[in-house]
Amino acid sequence: MNAARAVALAVFRESVRDKVFYNLVLFAVLLVGASILIGQLTAGQDVKIIKDLGLAATSLFGLFIAIFLGINLVSKEVERRSVYPLLAKPIRRAELVFGKYVGLLLTLLANMAVMTVALYGVLFFLARGIPDPVQHAWDAPALDPALLKAIALIYLNLAIVTAVALFFSTYSSPMLSAIFTLGIYLVGQFNADLQHFDRIVDSPAAIWIAKACYYVLPDFSKFDVKLAVVHGVPVSGTYLAATAGYAAMYIAALLFGAIFIFSRRDFK
Amino acid sequence: MTRVTAALAAAFCLAGAVMLHAAQERWAPPKVDRPELLYVRSPAVMKRATLGYEAIAADVYWIRALQHFGEERIAPPGHVRTYALLYPLLDLATTLDPHFSIAYRFGSIFLGEPYPGGPGRPDLAIALLQKGIAAQPTKWQYFQDLGFVYYWHMRDYQTAASWFQRGADLPGAPSWLRPLAAVTLAEGGHREASRALWQQLAQSEEQWLSSSAVLRLTQLDAMDIMEEWRRVRRERGVMPPLPVDPSGTPFVIDPATGDITVARESKLFPLPGQLQQPR
Repeated sequence: MNAARAVALAVFRESVRDKVFYNLVLFAVLLVGASILIGQLTAGQDVKIIKDLGLAATSLFGLFIAIFLGINLVSKEVERRSVYPLLAKPIRRAELVFGKYVGLLLTLLANMAVMTVALYGVLFFLARGIPDPVQHAWDAPALDPALLKAIALIYLNLAIVTAVALFFSTYSSPMLSAIFTLGIYLVGQFNADLQHFDRIVDSPAAIWIAKACYYVLPDFSKFDVKLAVVHGVPVSGTYLAATAGYAAMYIAALLFGAIFIFSRRDFK
Repeated sequence: MTRVTAALAAAFCLAGAVMLHAAQERWAPPKVDRPELLYVRSPAVMKRATLGYEAIAADVYWIRALQHFGEERIAPPGHVRTYALLYPLLDLATTLDPHFSIAYRFGSIFLGEPYPGGPGRPDLAIALLQKGIAAQPTKWQYFQDLGFVYYWHMRDYQTAASWFQRGADLPGAPSWLRPLAAVTLAEGGHREASRALWQQLAQSEEQWLSSSAVLRLTQLDAMDIMEEWRRVRRERGVMPPLPVDPSGTPFVIDPATGDITVARESKLFPLPGQLQQPR
């Protein structure tokens, strides 16, 4: 496990070197700029819109990092041939894959932690000086801790996307991995529709395939509670735990699959 | 090429592009007054297309609805105000975010506003609020707003009172909603009930809403003066001198009806029901 930890830290340091965290500057500019502009553009929904914008930007920026760094995690090592000296060291292939994955999760965690602090900071300044009767009329307080639930689920969603990108990265080129991962992401958004495919199709075979796809492909809609938390609709701990469990199982399946494929690859 | 030369060249070219861009604005032909477009009108399609980012898309449509309403409202005299996109934009915003209460509440006020200040479509205001009630059946504010639309725009006091009553029955509803229902029901549209409604809205923290309510209250004062003028004319059998409305503009006689009314130049024009939307 020491080897996996070393790989994870190396991935994190590499993402710092690659200036991945520059996106935080863009995020901060976006939020601060929006908080100034929104008041001019809309009528009394500044806090709601900043929450929507902050959560959407956190998710979108994280998605770009997960996909575009995830697809390079293994394939770049193979393309550069740096995988040869790496595998010559006392490190198992499983440790390499796992370490790479954890390293990117660390990058995402650091990124999202800073974004969360920035979002709460902007909300704090936006809500400052607004009279109590107005604040009481809001669906949820500006500094609502429930926002963390949405952010936690966004992180789990991104953890699955990273695992998908890593899975494809073990046997495919970065370009194809990006296309496959984006494809899975899009399918995952519409996955819930497959559940009721029998309402529009009569063929039993098609219904069976749709049901199979529904259960096998990731369902990303489970991780989207952004609207609920912004409007103060409660998200239960049971729901969070069940969704976290689903994410853990799915990630484990993808990592084992990636380790299986990578272990079979011949680098001679 | 040194780095300094490259930086200077880049700055020079950028400045040139900016100057050309600014100059082109002067050469550009005058803008054509063409209708705004809404490329996707189906809320169901848009919900899919947003890929989990419905909330931010709803915010964008809400801001577009505000801008559309504002642009139409302050458009120059030559422009034919249609407010054609107002309801589709509000429908999109509220389908993408079914709990977007401000879009239902303010949207219904915009839709009900009489032409030319708004589209004069209280029917659509009612549809929007009923959509809100379907999404949040315990939100008493929607019932209050719905009663308000029936009261002010439709002049259907029975239905208005029933919506106030239904709102008052909901948990968390304010204590003044039930008396309001009673006043509306008992007085069948007495101006005092209307005044009570607008006084509530005049206390809103939203500047534009409270300003609008103050204007409505002033219109009600004008209607009181007109009522008094009619009473004096009835009693004396002669036309009394025309008074000045609360905005400082003298009232006029409507040539079509021979009755007193506010002048077109008055800030209070049009009074409710004074101007009909062209069909």
